[in-house]
Amino acid sequence: MSGSIPFSDRIANWLPRLVLAPSLLVVLVVVYLFICWTGWISLSSSMIVPKYDFVGLSQYVRLWSTPRWHTAVFNLVIFSVLFLGITTLLGLLMAILLDQKIRCEGALRAIFLYPMALSFIVTGTAWKWILNPALGVQKVVNDLGWTSFVFDWIARPSFAIYCVVIAAVWQSTGFAMALFLAGLRGIDNSVIKAAQIEGASLPLIYRQIVIPMLRPAFLSVIVLLSYIAIKSFDLILALTNTGPGSATEMPSTFMYSATFRRDQMGVGAASAMMMLMTVVAIIVPYLYSELKETGDGH
Amino acid sequence: MATKAPSHQRQQLLGRAIIYGGLLFMAAFYLMPLWVMITTSVKHLDEIYAGSFIGLPKQITFEAWQTAWSEACNGTACRGLKPYFINSLLMTIPAVLLSTGIGAINGYVITKWRFPGSNVIFGLLLFGCFLPFQAVILPMAQTLGMLGLAGTIPGLVLVHTVYGIAFTTLFFRNYFISIPDELVKAAQIDGAGFIRIFVSIILPTALPIIVVSCIWQFTQIWNDFLFGASFTAGENAPITVALNNIVNVSMGRKQYNVDMAAAMIAALPTLIVYVVAGRYFVRGLTAGAVKG
Repeated sequence: MSGSIPFSDRIANWLPRLVLAPSLLVVLVVVYLFICWTGWISLSSSMIVPKYDFVGLSQYVRLWSTPRWHTAVFNLVIFSVLFLGITTLLGLLMAILLDQKIRCEGALRAIFLYPMALSFIVTGTAWKWILNPALGVQKVVNDLGWTSFVFDWIARPSFAIYCVVIAAVWQSTGFAMALFLAGLRGIDNSVIKAAQIEGASLPLIYRQIVIPMLRPAFLSVIVLLSYIAIKSFDLILALTNTGPGSATEMPSTFMYSATFRRDQMGVGAASAMMMLMTVVAIIVPYLYSELKETGDGH
Repeated sequence: MATKAPSHQRQQLLGRAIIYGGLLFMAAFYLMPLWVMITTSVKHLDEIYAGSFIGLPKQITFEAWQTAWSEACNGTACRGLKPYFINSLLMTIPAVLLSTGIGAINGYVITKWRFPGSNVIFGLLLFGCFLPFQAVILPMAQTLGMLGLAGTIPGLVLVHTVYGIAFTTLFFRNYFISIPDELVKAAQIDGAGFIRIFVSIILPTALPIIVVSCIWQFTQIWNDFLFGASFTAGENAPITVALNNIVNVSMGRKQYNVDMAAAMIAALPTLIVYVVAGRYFVRGLTAGAVKG
Protein backbone atom coordinates (compact mmCIF):
# COMPACT_ATOMS: atom_id res chain seq x y z
CA MET A 1 0.00 0.00 0.00
CA SER A 2 2.56 2.58 1.08
CA GLY A 3 4.82 1.56 -1.79
CA SER A 4 2.34 2.93 -4.29
CA ILE A 5 2.45 6.48 -2.85
CA PRO A 6 4.79 8.69 -4.88
CA PHE A 7 8.03 9.68 -3.18
CA SER A 8 7.19 13.41 -3.17
CA ASP A 9 3.91 12.71 -1.36
CA ARG A 10 5.68 10.67 1.25
CA ILE A 11 8.06 13.58 1.87
CA ALA A 12 5.04 15.87 2.13
CA ASN A 13 3.45 13.55 4.68
CA TRP A 14 6.57 13.49 6.77
CA LEU A 15 7.40 17.17 6.37
CA PRO A 16 5.53 18.34 9.51
CA ARG A 17 7.34 15.75 11.59
CA LEU A 18 10.68 16.61 10.02
CA VAL A 19 10.12 20.27 10.81
CA LEU A 20 9.29 19.55 14.43
CA ALA A 21 12.13 17.06 14.89
CA PRO A 22 15.04 19.49 15.42
CA SER A 23 13.17 21.36 18.18
CA LEU A 24 12.22 18.13 19.85
CA LEU A 25 15.78 16.87 19.63
CA VAL A 26 17.16 20.11 21.05
CA VAL A 27 14.70 20.10 23.95
CA LEU A 28 15.35 16.43 24.65
CA VAL A 29 19.04 17.25 24.92
CA VAL A 30 19.07 20.59 26.72
CA VAL A 31 16.25 19.74 29.13
CA TYR A 32 16.01 16.00 29.66
CA LEU A 33 19.51 14.78 28.86
CA PHE A 34 21.03 17.70 30.77
CA ILE A 35 18.88 16.88 33.81
CA CYS A 36 20.20 13.31 33.72
CA TRP A 37 23.70 14.69 33.30
CA THR A 38 23.29 16.89 36.38
CA GLY A 39 21.89 13.87 38.20
CA TRP A 40 24.98 11.90 37.26
CA ILE A 41 27.31 14.66 38.51
CA SER A 42 25.34 14.65 41.78
CA LEU A 43 26.23 10.97 42.19
CA SER A 44 29.92 11.53 41.47
CA SER A 45 32.81 12.90 43.50
CA SER A 46 33.12 16.05 41.31
CA MET A 47 34.76 19.04 42.95
CA ILE A 48 36.27 21.68 40.61
CA VAL A 49 35.72 19.80 37.35
CA PRO A 50 33.14 17.10 36.64
CA LYS A 51 34.31 13.56 37.33
CA TYR A 52 32.26 10.67 36.10
CA ASP A 53 32.78 8.15 38.86
CA PHE A 54 30.07 6.86 41.18
CA VAL A 55 29.94 7.56 44.89
CA GLY A 56 26.28 6.83 45.55
CA LEU A 57 24.31 9.37 47.52
CA SER A 58 27.25 10.73 49.49
CA GLN A 59 26.95 14.22 47.93
CA TYR A 60 23.33 14.31 49.10
CA VAL A 61 24.44 13.26 52.56
CA ARG A 62 27.02 16.03 52.53
CA LEU A 63 24.43 18.50 51.28
CA TRP A 64 21.97 17.71 54.03
CA SER A 65 24.67 17.93 56.68
CA THR A 66 25.70 21.42 55.54
CA PRO A 67 24.26 24.04 57.92
CA ARG A 68 24.18 26.57 55.09
CA TRP A 69 21.81 24.33 53.13
CA HIS A 70 19.54 24.08 56.17
CA THR A 71 19.45 27.87 56.30
CA ALA A 72 18.64 27.90 52.59
CA VAL A 73 15.76 25.44 52.88
CA PHE A 74 14.40 27.16 55.98
CA ASN A 75 14.54 30.54 54.21
CA LEU A 76 12.80 29.12 51.17
CA VAL A 77 9.94 27.88 53.36
CA ILE A 78 9.54 31.23 55.15
CA PHE A 79 9.89 33.15 51.93
CA SER A 80 7.47 30.95 49.97
CA VAL A 81 4.75 31.00 52.62
CA LEU A 82 4.87 34.78 53.06
CA PHE A 83 5.42 35.58 49.41
CA LEU A 84 2.62 33.30 48.21
CA GLY A 85 0.21 34.32 50.94
CA ILE A 86 0.69 38.08 50.64
CA THR A 87 0.94 38.17 46.86
CA THR A 88 -2.17 36.03 46.37
CA LEU A 89 -4.33 37.95 48.85
CA LEU A 90 -3.13 41.37 47.71
CA GLY A 91 -3.46 40.42 44.05
CA LEU A 92 -7.00 39.17 44.63
CA LEU A 93 -7.94 42.31 46.56
CA MET A 94 -6.56 44.56 43.85
CA ALA A 95 -8.33 42.60 41.14
CA ILE A 96 -11.65 42.83 42.98
CA LEU A 97 -11.22 46.57 43.56
CA LEU A 98 -10.30 47.10 39.91
CA ASP A 99 -13.35 45.12 38.83
CA GLN A 100 -15.79 47.66 40.37
CA LYS A 101 -16.15 49.70 37.16
CA ILE A 102 -13.34 52.01 38.11
CA ARG A 103 -12.34 55.14 36.22
CA CYS A 104 -8.76 55.01 34.84
CA GLU A 105 -8.72 51.24 35.25
CA GLY A 106 -6.21 50.91 32.42
CA ALA A 107 -3.77 53.36 33.97
CA LEU A 108 -3.99 51.73 37.39
CA ARG A 109 -3.48 48.28 35.91
CA ALA A 110 -0.43 49.54 34.07
CA ILE A 111 1.00 50.95 37.32
CA PHE A 112 0.46 47.69 39.20
CA LEU A 113 2.06 45.62 36.47
CA TYR A 114 5.12 47.58 35.40
CA PRO A 115 7.45 45.94 37.97
CA MET A 116 6.98 42.67 36.09
CA ALA A 117 8.83 44.25 33.17
CA LEU A 118 11.87 44.97 35.33
CA SER A 119 14.85 42.75 35.95
CA PHE A 120 15.07 41.39 39.49
CA ILE A 121 18.54 42.96 39.56
CA VAL A 122 16.96 46.38 39.03
CA THR A 123 14.29 45.68 41.65
CA GLY A 124 16.95 44.51 44.10
CA THR A 125 19.09 47.57 43.49
CA ALA A 126 16.15 49.93 44.00
CA TRP A 127 14.89 48.27 47.19
CA LYS A 128 18.37 47.99 48.64
CA TRP A 129 18.49 51.78 48.45
CA ILE A 130 14.95 52.24 49.81
CA LEU A 131 15.59 49.90 52.74
CA ASN A 132 18.97 51.46 53.51
CA PRO A 133 18.64 52.35 57.23
CA ALA A 134 20.99 55.34 57.13
CA LEU A 135 19.46 57.21 54.20
CA GLY A 136 16.26 55.43 53.14
CA VAL A 137 12.75 55.01 54.54
CA GLN A 138 13.93 54.98 58.15
CA LYS A 139 15.60 58.37 57.69
CA VAL A 140 12.48 59.82 56.03
CA VAL A 141 10.25 58.78 58.92
CA ASN A 142 12.82 59.99 61.46
CA ASP A 143 12.97 63.38 59.74
CA LEU A 144 9.20 63.62 59.84
CA GLY A 145 9.52 63.71 63.62
CA TRP A 146 9.19 60.06 64.66
CA THR A 147 12.80 59.86 65.77
CA SER A 148 12.59 56.48 67.47
CA PHE A 149 11.32 54.76 64.31
CA VAL A 150 13.66 51.91 63.35
CA PHE A 151 13.49 50.02 60.06
CA ASP A 152 16.84 48.31 59.63
CA TRP A 153 15.65 44.83 58.67
CA ILE A 154 18.07 44.59 55.80
CA ALA A 155 21.01 44.82 58.21
CA ARG A 156 19.64 42.30 60.71
CA PRO A 157 20.22 38.61 60.05
CA SER A 158 16.89 37.45 61.45
CA PHE A 159 14.85 40.05 59.54
CA ALA A 160 16.66 40.39 56.20
CA ILE A 161 14.60 37.63 54.58
CA TYR A 162 11.47 39.78 55.10
CA CYS A 163 13.11 42.47 52.98
CA VAL A 164 13.36 39.95 50.17
CA VAL A 165 9.66 39.20 50.69
CA ILE A 166 8.75 42.91 50.44
CA ALA A 167 10.64 43.39 47.19
CA ALA A 168 9.34 40.15 45.68
CA VAL A 169 5.74 41.01 46.60
CA TRP A 170 6.18 44.43 45.04
CA GLN A 171 7.43 42.84 41.84
CA SER A 172 4.86 40.05 41.49
CA THR A 173 1.52 41.23 42.88
CA GLY A 174 0.57 42.77 39.53
CA PHE A 175 0.99 39.37 37.95
CA ALA A 176 -1.38 37.71 40.43
CA MET A 177 -3.80 40.61 39.93
CA ALA A 178 -3.75 40.15 36.15
CA LEU A 179 -4.57 36.45 36.46
CA PHE A 180 -7.38 37.08 38.96
CA LEU A 181 -8.78 39.90 36.86
CA ALA A 182 -8.90 37.60 33.84
CA GLY A 183 -10.76 35.09 36.02
CA LEU A 184 -13.21 37.70 37.31
CA ARG A 185 -13.98 38.91 33.78
CA GLY A 186 -14.83 35.34 32.83
CA ILE A 187 -17.56 35.05 35.48
CA ASP A 188 -21.12 35.34 34.28
CA ASN A 189 -22.57 38.60 35.63
CA SER A 190 -26.12 37.25 35.85
CA VAL A 191 -25.14 35.06 38.80
CA ILE A 192 -24.03 38.11 40.77
CA LYS A 193 -27.10 40.11 39.70
CA ALA A 194 -29.40 37.31 40.83
CA ALA A 195 -27.72 37.19 44.23
CA GLN A 196 -28.03 40.97 44.54
CA ILE A 197 -31.75 40.79 43.83
CA GLU A 198 -32.00 38.16 46.57
CA GLY A 199 -30.59 40.87 48.83
CA ALA A 200 -27.11 39.49 49.42
CA SER A 201 -24.47 42.08 50.32
CA LEU A 202 -21.46 42.57 48.10
CA PRO A 203 -18.85 41.12 50.50
CA LEU A 204 -21.09 38.09 51.00
CA ILE A 205 -21.47 37.62 47.25
CA TYR A 206 -17.73 37.70 46.81
CA ARG A 207 -17.07 35.32 49.70
CA GLN A 208 -19.77 32.82 48.86
CA ILE A 209 -20.04 32.97 45.07
CA VAL A 210 -17.27 34.80 43.25
CA ILE A 211 -14.16 33.60 45.07
CA PRO A 212 -15.15 29.91 44.88
CA MET A 213 -15.64 30.40 41.13
CA LEU A 214 -12.07 31.68 40.86
CA ARG A 215 -10.63 28.30 41.76
CA PRO A 216 -8.80 27.82 38.44
CA ALA A 217 -7.23 31.28 38.75
CA PHE A 218 -6.13 30.47 42.32
CA LEU A 219 -4.49 27.29 41.11
CA SER A 220 -2.58 29.09 38.36
CA VAL A 221 -1.50 31.91 40.66
CA ILE A 222 -0.24 29.60 43.39
CA VAL A 223 1.60 27.25 41.06
CA LEU A 224 3.24 30.01 39.05
CA LEU A 225 4.21 31.96 42.17
CA SER A 226 5.75 28.87 43.78
CA TYR A 227 7.82 28.43 40.67
CA ILE A 228 8.97 32.07 40.90
CA ALA A 229 9.77 31.55 44.61
CA ILE A 230 11.87 28.43 44.11
CA LYS A 231 13.97 29.83 41.32
CA SER A 232 14.35 33.34 42.76
CA PHE A 233 18.04 34.03 42.60
CA ASP A 234 18.87 37.41 41.09
CA LEU A 235 16.68 39.31 43.56
CA ILE A 236 18.58 37.90 46.51
CA LEU A 237 21.98 38.52 44.97
CA ALA A 238 21.11 42.12 44.16
CA LEU A 239 19.22 42.93 47.37
CA THR A 240 21.18 41.21 50.13
CA ASN A 241 23.88 39.18 48.34
CA THR A 242 22.75 36.31 50.67
CA GLY A 243 23.73 38.40 53.71
CA PRO A 244 24.08 39.61 56.38
CA GLY A 245 26.43 36.65 56.78
CA SER A 246 24.48 33.89 55.08
CA ALA A 247 21.14 34.89 56.61
CA THR A 248 19.29 35.13 53.28
CA GLU A 249 20.83 32.11 51.58
CA MET A 250 18.32 30.26 49.39
CA PRO A 251 18.63 26.96 47.49
CA SER A 252 19.23 28.79 44.20
CA THR A 253 22.05 30.92 45.63
CA PHE A 254 23.47 27.94 47.50
CA MET A 255 23.64 25.94 44.27
CA TYR A 256 25.39 28.80 42.49
CA SER A 257 28.01 29.45 45.12
CA ALA A 258 28.71 25.76 45.79
CA THR A 259 29.28 25.18 42.09
CA PHE A 260 31.06 28.31 40.95
CA ARG A 261 32.67 29.73 44.10
CA ARG A 262 33.37 26.89 46.55
CA ASP A 263 34.43 24.17 44.11
CA GLN A 264 31.87 21.69 45.40
CA MET A 265 30.35 20.76 42.08
CA GLY A 266 28.90 17.47 43.38
CA VAL A 267 27.10 19.19 46.25
CA GLY A 268 25.95 21.94 43.86
CA ALA A 269 24.51 19.33 41.50
CA ALA A 270 22.80 17.56 44.41
CA SER A 271 21.18 20.84 45.50
CA ALA A 272 20.08 21.50 41.91
CA MET A 273 18.43 18.07 41.84
CA MET A 274 16.60 18.85 45.09
CA MET A 275 15.28 22.07 43.54
CA LEU A 276 14.25 20.24 40.40
CA MET A 277 12.35 17.58 42.35
CA THR A 278 10.46 20.26 44.25
CA VAL A 279 9.46 22.01 41.04
CA VAL A 280 8.47 18.73 39.38
CA ALA A 281 6.28 17.81 42.35
CA ILE A 282 4.38 21.08 41.93
CA ILE A 283 4.39 21.62 38.17
CA VAL A 284 3.84 18.20 36.65
CA PRO A 285 0.44 17.53 38.29
CA TYR A 286 -0.57 21.07 37.36
CA LEU A 287 0.41 20.69 33.71
CA TYR A 288 -1.26 17.31 33.61
CA SER A 289 -4.58 18.65 34.88
CA GLU A 290 -4.44 21.73 32.63
CA LEU A 291 -3.70 19.67 29.52
CA LYS A 292 -6.28 17.04 30.31
CA GLU A 293 -8.99 19.69 30.53
CA THR A 294 -7.92 21.33 27.26
CA GLY A 295 -7.80 17.91 25.65
CA ASP A 296 -11.42 17.27 26.66
CA GLY A 297 -12.47 20.55 25.12
CA HIS A 298 -11.42 19.49 21.66
CA MET B 1 -35.47 53.35 41.95
CA ALA B 2 -34.91 57.10 41.92
CA THR B 3 -35.96 57.48 45.53
CA LYS B 4 -33.19 55.63 47.29
CA ALA B 5 -32.84 56.24 50.98
CA PRO B 6 -30.17 58.88 51.60
CA SER B 7 -28.39 56.58 54.05
CA HIS B 8 -28.05 54.00 51.31
CA GLN B 9 -26.62 56.63 49.01
CA ARG B 10 -24.15 57.76 51.62
CA GLN B 11 -23.10 54.18 52.17
CA GLN B 12 -22.51 53.72 48.46
CA LEU B 13 -20.48 56.91 48.31
CA LEU B 14 -18.41 55.68 51.24
CA GLY B 15 -17.85 52.38 49.45
CA ARG B 16 -16.58 54.14 46.35
CA ALA B 17 -14.30 56.32 48.47
CA ILE B 18 -12.80 53.24 50.13
CA ILE B 19 -12.28 51.54 46.77
CA TYR B 20 -10.58 54.55 45.19
CA GLY B 21 -8.59 55.23 48.35
CA GLY B 22 -7.26 51.68 48.44
CA LEU B 23 -6.36 51.71 44.77
CA LEU B 24 -4.61 55.07 44.96
CA PHE B 25 -2.66 53.98 48.02
CA MET B 26 -1.52 50.86 46.19
CA ALA B 27 -0.62 52.90 43.12
CA ALA B 28 1.55 55.17 45.28
CA PHE B 29 3.29 52.12 46.77
CA TYR B 30 3.95 50.75 43.30
CA LEU B 31 5.25 54.02 41.90
CA MET B 32 7.42 54.91 44.91
CA PRO B 33 10.49 52.84 43.91
CA LEU B 34 10.46 54.24 40.39
CA TRP B 35 10.11 57.78 41.78
CA VAL B 36 12.97 57.20 44.19
CA MET B 37 15.17 55.73 41.46
CA ILE B 38 14.58 58.60 39.04
CA THR B 39 14.93 61.42 41.58
CA THR B 40 18.02 59.89 43.20
CA SER B 41 19.67 59.49 39.82
CA VAL B 42 19.43 63.23 39.05
CA LYS B 43 20.60 64.50 42.45
CA HIS B 44 24.07 65.58 43.49
CA LEU B 45 25.76 63.07 45.77
CA ASP B 46 26.13 65.70 48.53
CA GLU B 47 22.40 66.32 48.51
CA ILE B 48 21.78 62.57 48.89
CA TYR B 49 24.15 62.29 51.85
CA ALA B 50 22.57 65.39 53.38
CA GLY B 51 19.46 63.26 53.73
CA SER B 52 17.20 63.94 50.79
CA PHE B 53 15.65 60.60 49.98
CA ILE B 54 12.11 61.03 48.77
CA GLY B 55 12.06 64.75 47.97
CA LEU B 56 12.51 66.51 44.67
CA PRO B 57 16.10 67.32 43.68
CA LYS B 58 17.18 70.88 44.50
CA GLN B 59 19.09 70.94 41.27
CA ILE B 60 18.77 68.46 38.45
CA THR B 61 22.01 67.03 37.13
CA PHE B 62 22.67 64.24 34.67
CA GLU B 63 26.23 63.70 35.86
CA ALA B 64 25.31 60.36 37.45
CA TRP B 65 23.76 59.14 34.20
CA GLN B 66 26.89 60.12 32.34
CA THR B 67 29.08 58.31 34.88
CA ALA B 68 26.89 55.20 34.82
CA TRP B 69 26.87 55.12 31.04
CA SER B 70 30.54 55.63 30.31
CA GLU B 71 32.73 55.68 33.44
CA ALA B 72 31.42 53.49 36.26
CA CYS B 73 33.73 50.66 37.30
CA ASN B 74 32.86 47.01 36.90
CA GLY B 75 35.74 45.22 38.60
CA THR B 76 38.88 46.82 37.23
CA ALA B 77 37.34 48.01 33.97
CA CYS B 78 35.90 51.54 34.21
CA ARG B 79 34.03 51.84 30.97
CA GLY B 80 30.53 52.32 32.30
CA LEU B 81 27.50 50.31 31.21
CA LYS B 82 27.69 51.17 27.53
CA PRO B 83 29.65 48.11 26.31
CA TYR B 84 27.41 45.79 28.35
CA PHE B 85 24.29 47.49 27.03
CA ILE B 86 25.55 46.70 23.54
CA ASN B 87 26.32 43.09 24.61
CA SER B 88 22.75 42.71 25.82
CA LEU B 89 21.39 44.01 22.51
CA LEU B 90 23.66 41.63 20.56
CA MET B 91 22.49 38.77 22.74
CA THR B 92 18.78 39.62 22.94
CA ILE B 93 17.83 40.52 19.38
CA PRO B 94 19.01 37.34 17.61
CA ALA B 95 17.71 35.12 20.42
CA VAL B 96 14.26 36.78 20.30
CA LEU B 97 13.96 36.42 16.53
CA LEU B 98 15.22 32.84 16.43
CA SER B 99 13.09 31.54 19.29
CA THR B 100 9.97 33.30 17.98
CA GLY B 101 10.46 31.90 14.48
CA ILE B 102 10.99 28.38 15.73
CA GLY B 103 8.00 28.65 18.09
CA ALA B 104 5.75 29.79 15.24
CA ILE B 105 6.59 26.77 13.10
CA ASN B 106 6.29 24.38 16.05
CA GLY B 107 2.91 25.79 17.04
CA TYR B 108 1.73 25.40 13.44
CA VAL B 109 2.76 21.75 13.25
CA ILE B 110 1.34 20.88 16.66
CA THR B 111 -2.09 22.39 15.96
CA LYS B 112 -2.63 21.91 12.22
CA TRP B 113 -0.68 18.77 11.36
CA ARG B 114 -1.41 16.65 14.36
CA PHE B 115 0.09 13.19 14.21
CA PRO B 116 0.15 10.35 16.74
CA GLY B 117 2.33 11.47 19.61
CA SER B 118 2.23 15.20 18.83
CA ASN B 119 0.44 15.88 22.12
CA VAL B 120 3.13 14.01 24.04
CA ILE B 121 5.76 16.10 22.27
CA PHE B 122 3.88 19.25 23.27
CA GLY B 123 3.81 18.06 26.87
CA LEU B 124 7.55 17.38 26.77
CA LEU B 125 8.20 20.86 25.38
CA LEU B 126 5.88 22.45 27.92
CA PHE B 127 7.83 21.28 30.94
CA GLY B 128 10.70 23.36 29.55
CA CYS B 129 8.71 26.48 30.53
CA PHE B 130 9.04 25.53 34.18
CA LEU B 131 12.52 24.13 34.25
CA PRO B 132 14.59 25.50 37.14
CA PHE B 133 17.69 26.39 35.18
CA GLN B 134 19.97 25.40 38.05
CA ALA B 135 19.31 21.80 37.00
CA VAL B 136 20.94 22.30 33.59
CA ILE B 137 23.64 24.89 34.21
CA LEU B 138 26.54 22.49 34.74
CA PRO B 139 25.99 20.40 31.60
CA MET B 140 25.33 23.56 29.60
CA ALA B 141 28.65 25.05 30.75
CA GLN B 142 30.42 21.83 29.67
CA THR B 143 28.62 21.79 26.33
CA LEU B 144 29.37 25.43 25.57
CA GLY B 145 33.01 24.69 26.33
CA MET B 146 33.01 21.74 23.92
CA LEU B 147 31.38 23.88 21.21
CA GLY B 148 34.01 26.59 21.74
CA LEU B 149 31.28 29.04 22.80
CA ALA B 150 32.14 29.35 26.49
CA GLY B 151 32.04 32.94 27.68
CA THR B 152 30.87 34.33 24.33
CA ILE B 153 27.80 36.25 23.24
CA PRO B 154 26.89 33.68 20.52
CA GLY B 155 26.95 31.11 23.33
CA LEU B 156 24.36 33.15 25.24
CA VAL B 157 22.26 33.54 22.08
CA LEU B 158 22.25 29.76 21.73
CA VAL B 159 21.28 29.19 25.38
CA HIS B 160 18.45 31.74 25.33
CA THR B 161 17.14 30.40 22.02
CA VAL B 162 16.97 26.76 23.07
CA TYR B 163 15.37 27.51 26.44
CA GLY B 164 13.00 30.00 24.81
CA ILE B 165 11.50 27.43 22.43
CA ALA B 166 9.23 26.00 25.13
CA PHE B 167 7.51 29.32 25.81
CA THR B 168 7.27 30.48 22.21
CA THR B 169 5.82 27.12 21.14
CA LEU B 170 3.21 27.43 23.89
CA PHE B 171 2.24 30.93 22.72
CA PHE B 172 1.79 29.95 19.10
CA ARG B 173 0.10 26.63 19.89
CA ASN B 174 -2.51 28.36 22.04
CA TYR B 175 -3.10 30.95 19.34
CA PHE B 176 -3.24 28.69 16.30
CA ILE B 177 -5.55 26.23 18.01
CA SER B 178 -8.36 28.76 17.65
CA ILE B 179 -7.88 29.07 13.87
CA PRO B 180 -10.45 26.75 12.27
CA ASP B 181 -8.99 23.57 10.78
CA GLU B 182 -11.40 23.93 7.84
CA LEU B 183 -9.28 26.81 6.58
CA VAL B 184 -6.29 24.50 6.29
CA LYS B 185 -8.37 21.68 4.77
CA ALA B 186 -9.84 23.98 2.12
CA ALA B 187 -6.37 25.20 1.18
CA GLN B 188 -5.17 21.61 0.95
CA ILE B 189 -7.98 20.78 -1.46
CA ASP B 190 -6.89 23.75 -3.52
CA GLY B 191 -3.48 22.15 -3.72
CA ALA B 192 -1.56 24.26 -1.20
CA GLY B 193 1.18 22.42 0.68
CA PHE B 194 2.61 22.56 4.19
CA ILE B 195 4.77 25.62 3.57
CA ARG B 196 2.32 27.54 1.36
CA ILE B 197 -0.43 27.20 3.98
CA PHE B 198 1.89 28.42 6.71
CA VAL B 199 3.15 31.44 4.78
CA SER B 200 -0.05 32.58 3.10
CA ILE B 201 -2.80 31.51 5.53
CA ILE B 202 -1.47 31.06 9.05
CA LEU B 203 1.24 33.71 9.33
CA PRO B 204 -0.90 36.64 8.15
CA THR B 205 -3.30 36.01 11.05
CA ALA B 206 -0.53 35.63 13.59
CA LEU B 207 0.70 39.20 13.96
CA PRO B 208 -0.67 39.72 17.50
CA ILE B 209 0.91 36.56 18.85
CA ILE B 210 4.20 37.32 17.09
CA VAL B 211 4.22 40.62 18.97
CA VAL B 212 3.39 38.85 22.25
CA SER B 213 6.16 36.33 21.74
CA CYS B 214 8.77 38.95 20.78
CA ILE B 215 7.91 41.15 23.76
CA TRP B 216 7.91 38.28 26.22
CA GLN B 217 11.19 36.89 24.94
CA PHE B 218 12.77 40.34 24.83
CA THR B 219 11.82 40.98 28.47
CA GLN B 220 12.94 37.55 29.65
CA ILE B 221 16.27 37.54 27.85
CA TRP B 222 17.15 41.17 28.55
CA ASN B 223 16.41 40.64 32.24
CA ASP B 224 18.20 37.30 32.57
CA PHE B 225 20.93 37.16 35.15
CA LEU B 226 21.60 33.49 35.89
CA PHE B 227 22.82 32.48 32.41
CA GLY B 228 24.78 35.69 31.99
CA ALA B 229 26.53 35.26 35.33
CA SER B 230 27.18 31.54 34.81
CA PHE B 231 28.40 31.52 31.21
CA THR B 232 30.20 34.83 30.77
CA ALA B 233 32.73 36.86 32.64
CA GLY B 234 34.38 40.21 32.11
CA GLU B 235 33.78 42.05 28.90
CA ASN B 236 31.18 39.72 27.37
CA ALA B 237 28.78 40.01 30.31
CA PRO B 238 25.22 41.22 29.69
CA ILE B 239 23.96 44.39 31.34
CA THR B 240 22.29 42.75 34.35
CA VAL B 241 25.59 41.19 35.41
CA ALA B 242 27.46 44.46 34.88
CA LEU B 243 24.82 46.38 36.86
CA ASN B 244 25.11 44.00 39.78
CA ASN B 245 28.90 44.34 39.75
CA ILE B 246 28.80 48.13 39.59
CA VAL B 247 26.32 48.36 42.45
CA ASN B 248 28.32 45.97 44.61
CA VAL B 249 31.61 47.85 44.26
CA SER B 250 32.54 48.63 47.83
CA MET B 251 35.34 51.11 47.33
CA GLY B 252 35.13 54.70 48.52
CA ARG B 253 31.98 56.67 49.17
CA LYS B 254 28.98 54.85 47.77
CA GLN B 255 27.61 56.69 44.76
CA TYR B 256 23.91 56.05 45.15
CA ASN B 257 23.00 58.41 42.33
CA VAL B 258 25.21 56.45 39.92
CA ASP B 259 23.71 53.15 41.16
CA MET B 260 20.20 54.40 40.48
CA ALA B 261 21.13 55.84 37.09
CA ALA B 262 22.71 52.49 36.17
CA ALA B 263 19.59 50.63 37.31
CA MET B 264 17.43 52.97 35.23
CA ILE B 265 19.64 52.44 32.16
CA ALA B 266 19.32 48.67 32.56
CA ALA B 267 15.55 48.98 33.05
CA LEU B 268 14.75 51.45 30.28
CA PRO B 269 14.56 49.09 27.27
CA THR B 270 12.04 46.75 28.90
CA LEU B 271 10.14 49.65 30.48
CA ILE B 272 9.82 51.37 27.10
CA VAL B 273 8.58 48.15 25.53
CA TYR B 274 6.08 47.81 28.38
CA VAL B 275 4.77 51.36 27.99
CA VAL B 276 4.48 51.08 24.20
CA ALA B 277 2.99 47.58 24.06
CA GLY B 278 1.77 46.78 27.57
CA ARG B 279 -1.36 45.04 26.31
CA TYR B 280 0.70 42.40 24.54
CA PHE B 281 2.99 42.05 27.54
CA VAL B 282 0.02 41.18 29.75
CA ARG B 283 -1.11 38.57 27.26
CA GLY B 284 2.30 36.96 27.42
CA LEU B 285 2.16 36.93 31.22
CA THR B 286 -1.22 35.32 31.47
CA ALA B 287 -0.27 32.70 28.89
CA GLY B 288 1.80 31.20 31.69
CA ALA B 289 -1.53 29.89 32.89
CA VAL B 290 -1.35 27.21 30.30
CA LYS B 291 -4.86 27.05 28.90
CA GLY B 292 -5.35 28.71 25.53
